[in-house]
Amino acid sequence: METDKIQYGNSQDPVIKIEGLYKSFDELDVLKGVDLMLKKGENLAVLGKSGTGKSVLIKLLVGLLKPDRGNITILGQQLDKLNRKELNALRLRIGFSFQNSALYDSKSVYGNLSFPLTMNVKNLTKKQVDDAVEEALDAVGLLDKIGRRTEELSGGQRKRLGIARTLILKPEIMLYDEPTAGLDPVTCIEINALIVEMQQKYKTSSIVITHDLTCAKTTCERIAMLLDGKFLKTGTFEEVFETEEEQIKQFYSYNFTL
Amino acid sequence: MNRVGARKYLFSKKIDSYFEGIYKGYQFALRFFKEAFTSPFHLREIINQCFEIGLRSLPLITMTGFIIGIVFTKQSRPSLENFGAVSWLPSLMGIAIARALGPLVTSLICAGKVGSSISAELGSMKVTEQIDAMEVSAIDPFKYLVVTRVWATSISIPVLSFYCSCVGLLGSYYNVSTEEATSLQVFYTNAFSNISFLDLFSSMTKSIVFGFTIGIISCYKGFFASNGTSGVGKATNQAVILSMFLIFLEELIIVQIVNWIRYF
Repeated sequence: METDKIQYGNSQDPVIKIEGLYKSFDELDVLKGVDLMLKKGENLAVLGKSGTGKSVLIKLLVGLLKPDRGNITILGQQLDKLNRKELNALRLRIGFSFQNSALYDSKSVYGNLSFPLTMNVKNLTKKQVDDAVEEALDAVGLLDKIGRRTEELSGGQRKRLGIARTLILKPEIMLYDEPTAGLDPVTCIEINALIVEMQQKYKTSSIVITHDLTCAKTTCERIAMLLDGKFLKTGTFEEVFETEEEQIKQFYSYNFTL
Repeated sequence: MNRVGARKYLFSKKIDSYFEGIYKGYQFALRFFKEAFTSPFHLREIINQCFEIGLRSLPLITMTGFIIGIVFTKQSRPSLENFGAVSWLPSLMGIAIARALGPLVTSLICAGKVGSSISAELGSMKVTEQIDAMEVSAIDPFKYLVVTRVWATSISIPVLSFYCSCVGLLGSYYNVSTEEATSLQVFYTNAFSNISFLDLFSSMTKSIVFGFTIGIISCYKGFFASNGTSGVGKATNQAVILSMFLIFLEELIIVQIVNWIRYF
């Protein structure tokens, strides 16, 4: 499947603005003053080795973790100023695709999609729910799996279903946590194509957390290199990797296999 | 840090985490009371859980209750025979089952069967990030998973206790009827003749308290499970042990209070 690189990140409006973010666990400092901005319609990859705090960063963005210091502003709302109700309203505008998909294994494929919808949108008819589920499954190419149980799905299909589950609530921002981790190369290409397709179809702005350079290059216009709790360099793929910085060169040489 | 210093440090950390656990448990229970009476109530999920907890435990409770009725009648008979008081057997069994055995046996069975299942379910949901997935989908996992399950255990276990008591008395009647010619009606009349309203009330109160304990402890242990699958196993184990221990402790306290009321 061929992936076309998109050029959506033209608008200068930041949908996510992170300023001086610090987070530590006990005595381990994970993030040490992170600044980042995601423009509207843009796909941004956060690259870095395992354990550098990439997943911690996006968990902070949806309020699953609380920062020790610093500000996070999403869609014009400062996260630490929101009460629970306001935070939930904001969360409905953000889609989060988990590294291990985090599918509800007690529910079927249909149940995984209808559950967040019916819990958040009241008074929907059965037909409306069915239509929304079918639309989301169709968007990720899983319509024929609608009646299946989640354990019958392959790794790639689980990732797709995880993405469909977030799409059903029509988010403005998508956060992907290691979307290609643990997948074979062919499925990786399919998932990368899907990320680009979702951006084009749903006009979302996305942060893709990954250590896979192919994924970052094919899905995102901009890359932010996270090393030792700080962004070492931010820019286009070429800007980031045409560097003399030893750590980035090392990361490139170990990982990049186009 | 030398070896003694390291040991002292680890010991003080254990003490810290022990008290932190108690405080977190208290906060967890308090949050339940804050959220149990506010909408949304997720009635369908409460009914589902009542079905899972109540109806699915029915065969086990039936068997256990019946056997306990037989065994306790068999054990009590020789002692009563020594005093020529075999006719008191139905009354004795009525009091024993309604006051203590029914609620206690049901709750202990449910602590093992229901408590472990709740704790394992929530624990695996926690370690596979399903609880986080709910949270980011703007669904309150505490309200949807914890409140519904604690309601369900608090409702189902009193009903199961009452059922267990009835089946236990039936087991007792079965044993009595094999030894003596007595009708079910006479047996039940004798069994209930010495059971007061206070007995039934305390029995029901105990069952509700036990049900709540099983629900809240199992949910708490599952909700905060960590360290992968081994953490889930550990949480499940702790949930069952702690629930059982607290059930005995609550039984002791409630019996003291009821006796105090009885003789006041």
